[in-house]
Amino acid sequence: MLPELFFGYYAAMIVFLSVLVITRKNPVHSVMWMLLLFFHIAGLYLFLNAEFIAAIQVIVYAGAILVLFLFVVLLLNLREELQTAKFIRSWPAGLLISGGIIVAIISALRSFVLAPQGMHTIEFIKRETHTKALGTILYTEYLFPFEIASLVLLVAIIGAIVLAKKKTRS
Amino acid sequence: MPGTYLPSDYLPILVFLMVATAFGMGALLIGSILRLRRPYPEKLMPYESGNPPVGEPRQRFSVKFYIIAMLFVVFDVETVFLYPWAVVFDKIGLYAFIEMIIFIVILLVGYVYAWRKEAFKWD
Repeated sequence: MLPELFFGYYAAMIVFLSVLVITRKNPVHSVMWMLLLFFHIAGLYLFLNAEFIAAIQVIVYAGAILVLFLFVVLLLNLREELQTAKFIRSWPAGLLISGGIIVAIISALRSFVLAPQGMHTIEFIKRETHTKALGTILYTEYLFPFEIASLVLLVAIIGAIVLAKKKTRS
Repeated sequence: MPGTYLPSDYLPILVFLMVATAFGMGALLIGSILRLRRPYPEKLMPYESGNPPVGEPRQRFSVKFYIIAMLFVVFDVETVFLYPWAVVFDKIGLYAFIEMIIFIVILLVGYVYAWRKEAFKWD
């Protein structure tokens, strides 16, 4: 009962905070609500038995990526942004698309079947600790995606420098 | 499945978060109830060393902050990958060592690029 209650709290809060993030007029307020959203996502990961991911969610998302968002918001001219109206005026079209997506998701829900239990059960992860279980599988079975991640990070470094340093050269 | 696992080891953190939230909100709430409110125009003006404030309070940030934040995110994520690696290092051994060397060398290319492009210099 208690885990379901916590899960329900996190799920409801994530939806509520996401709506707050996208409806605030002031972008700085949006980013602040997003901070709370990231903490709730971390809580959800904790209840999915993924404590390493929960810690990383707090350190990387709430710590580093949120600062990046805040800098981007402050780079823009806030006053202009506050005055602009909604991005899309035709809300019936948006309602139609989102309604269609909801219908597609709900109709797909019924075809979900519970798969047979895999190797990483709750007891296994409790015995092994989540970080160790994750590391074992990441650095043996998923070695190639791990090395790809370094290339993605390299692209991020080069992209940021190319974009931000462009003006000073010309 | 969601809702089948209760991380009971994290109860102290939950209690800590609840106490911290209650303390922060309580202090503001009690302050707003107890304090006197006698505003007048001079009191409501932003304080700027005794002078009347000049110019806009909100200014655009330099794009340099963005580069610093971006580089921080990238090397933060690199460190995150080092953590589970260090935990399982004794189990996988030399194989893990070589793959982490490859990972770091690829990111080192980015580091050298950032250095050569003078991304670490402020001006």
